[in-house]
Amino acid sequence: METIYLDHAATTPIDPAVIEAMLPLMSDVFGNPSSVHSYGRKARQSLDEARRTIAQRIHAHEKEVTFTSGGTEADNLALIGTALANKDRGKHIITTVQEHHATLHTAEYLEREGFEVTYLPVDENGVIKVEDVREALTAETILVSVMYVNNETGTIQPIQEIGDLLKEHQAYFHTDAVQAFGLLEIDVKKMGIDLLTATAHKINGPKGIGLLYAGKHVKLQPLAYGGEQERKRRPGTENVANVVGFQKAVELRTNKEAEYRNLYQAYKELFIQTLQEEGIAFEVNGKLENTIPSIINISFPHMNVESLLVNFDLNGVAASSGSACTAGSIEPSHVLVAMYGANNERTKNAVRFSFGSANTKENVKEAAERVAGIVKRMMKNR
Amino acid sequence: MIYLDNSATTKPHPEVVKSFHHVSERFFPNPSSIHQLGGEAEQLLIAAKGQAAELLDVQQSEVIFTSGGTEGNNLAIKGIALQYRQRGKHIIISEVEHPSVYEACQSLEELGFEITYLPVNQDGKVSINDVEASIREDTILISIMHVNNETGTIQPIEAIGSIARRYPKLFFHVDAVQGFGKVPLQIQNWGIDLCTISGHKLHGMKGTGLLYVRDGIKLFPLFHGGQQENGKRAGTENLPGIISLVKAMRLIKEREMSDSDKLQALGQALRCGLDKLHTVRINTPQNGAAPHIMNFSVPGFKPEVIIHALGEKDIFISTKSACSSKRMNGSRILEAAGLSEVLSRSALRVSMSYDTTIDEVNAFLRAIETAIYQLKDVMR
Ligand SMILES: Cc1ncc(COP(=O)(O)O)c(C=O)c1O
Ligand SMILES: Cc1ncc(COP(=O)(O)O)c(C=O)c1O
Repeated sequence: METIYLDHAATTPIDPAVIEAMLPLMSDVFGNPSSVHSYGRKARQSLDEARRTIAQRIHAHEKEVTFTSGGTEADNLALIGTALANKDRGKHIITTVQEHHATLHTAEYLEREGFEVTYLPVDENGVIKVEDVREALTAETILVSVMYVNNETGTIQPIQEIGDLLKEHQAYFHTDAVQAFGLLEIDVKKMGIDLLTATAHKINGPKGIGLLYAGKHVKLQPLAYGGEQERKRRPGTENVANVVGFQKAVELRTNKEAEYRNLYQAYKELFIQTLQEEGIAFEVNGKLENTIPSIINISFPHMNVESLLVNFDLNGVAASSGSACTAGSIEPSHVLVAMYGANNERTKNAVRFSFGSANTKENVKEAAERVAGIVKRMMKNR
Repeated sequence: MIYLDNSATTKPHPEVVKSFHHVSERFFPNPSSIHQLGGEAEQLLIAAKGQAAELLDVQQSEVIFTSGGTEGNNLAIKGIALQYRQRGKHIIISEVEHPSVYEACQSLEELGFEITYLPVNQDGKVSINDVEASIREDTILISIMHVNNETGTIQPIEAIGSIARRYPKLFFHVDAVQGFGKVPLQIQNWGIDLCTISGHKLHGMKGTGLLYVRDGIKLFPLFHGGQQENGKRAGTENLPGIISLVKAMRLIKEREMSDSDKLQALGQALRCGLDKLHTVRINTPQNGAAPHIMNFSVPGFKPEVIIHALGEKDIFISTKSACSSKRMNGSRILEAAGLSEVLSRSALRVSMSYDTTIDEVNAFLRAIETAIYQLKDVMR
């Protein structure tokens, strides 16, 4: 039985065209972009061109894009970098309870360093209120960090509205757009975004490469020190092959966002429809209309997430709980706890299915049938 | 094409590229995912760690994969400093460390740490007496590089390690980015607590590297987030990069076994040839330097002009280290070794690999002789 991969929010298969694009950077154009000879200059050209292409996708200037080793590093750089560089203007940061751990744990670290952090709640649909942001703002606030799309529920946050609100305020606006980039059109200037995180491996690009957009006006302190690469914001020999792979992954989606959305939305609807037809009990976590097409989070009443996942896996459906797992045991998801409270059953029986390039209509339907079959069997054996 | 800038970066070995390619296609899932596909990726990650540990003769749990040498050095230095600041705030490094060590320490000065920058002699070497003399009650870290990236000078790591061992409250970090696979280093036996390696200097891929961290040592993380790499390095693992790194490490270790003498001979040939050019002054010491790096000055000649002239003949060498080569001033490393500004400003670096041939060395020697001869009138 072939395993059907429904875990694209964790990571995606690299596109063969991306690998093809990277290979020349490991054979002919392998130079160090900082070298003055022609090998270095050719590598530099590839790097610059990739930076331009990717910057354009979010309507940024190329000088505003810093390449990092991934989303986690970019989130850390956004938070720590702005906090340390702007503490003369205040020490208050606003974020939300449902951020990715790359943001949450960084915010907790900054608290220990003497910053004050407000963690905004979310409603039962997993959305933060713009009103709450407004109320939390003080003259001391230097940064607001709100993720674009939640990685567990797929819920889309009111980024444009927050951006508008903050245009009048000194605070920078950072958004972790890891789950949105490449699927939703993003215009950092129009949306009032000062900093933005993205990572390539969620859009069929290589692992180990991400970016932080930071507007020209943003004061940022680096996390690491060394060479002069990335305008000193991120030293270290540039990973040119990965950057070019990132570029290719972006190009493959350029002006095709709507196409991808429609495709994944069709998968999602087919998945739900099949579960309904099979007549099993389930509830969607988050408001379906307000989630990104690639992600759906579903609770199966009376079930337990660990045995669900084990059984799905044994029957060839690779999904996830969406929460960080430590040594095999699944902790209750901080995102679902934020939506429903710690004692709600939904926090213990939720599974994230995420769609992408490894899917077809056929295998999505097949996966839903397998899921329904397992749930029915587990209900019977309860 | 004659590429003699292997200290800046190396050409990935075809086998390394193949590993990357294979793992990218075959094992894309996230090792943290709990399904079987994630489990397969995790198994591969663990196996890679085991192999890397074997090559370094350390424990598997002591290997942390990073995005390269700069991250490794920063993680080691800031990680120790911030984790153990209650113990003390004094750190010892040398004047000739790579910027990723040197500037990481400067940034710690702003946080109230005190850094001792040890001088070097004319060979670019620190004195072990100086090391011992500068250790204080509140010293928590000594960080000395193995092989210098500009001059090739080898530091007395074994001797420093045996001193460091007598002070159980401090840690000893070694930046082994330039030496790994070229100059022997014994992590365990020499009392090294932390050790940085970068993939792209050993025919691996850019954006790969590892940090050895002796069991029991805690590190304050550079990145906060997931629990990857024993909680020491958050972020989805670059599994294709990791596998390719271990491949590169294995391959260069094999070359070290089989081709060390060859590299040594090439270094000698290069030195003899340069010695004959009386306008050239060799800065890399005759003894106690790595075989693959040769630093020399051509006083009165702008290094860029020579590099350009050689580039016309498809021969590629460099000025000092790549990451600071855009700066026009002299070299901090060479000036620390007592070189005059004239010599420091006119310094060039040839760095070879195990694939370099004697014909290439000879072609380079002929080309630089011609270049100096032809440029003489222009420059003077
Ligand atoms: C919302 C979000 N932010 C950040 C990250 C971290 O990105 P990376 O795995 O590239 O470090 C992820 C994925 O793991 C994510 O889903
Ligand atoms: C001695 C030394 N340490 C550290 C580094 C940094 O390594 P990376 O380029 O992988 O960040 C380099 C190379 O630039 C180096 O030569």
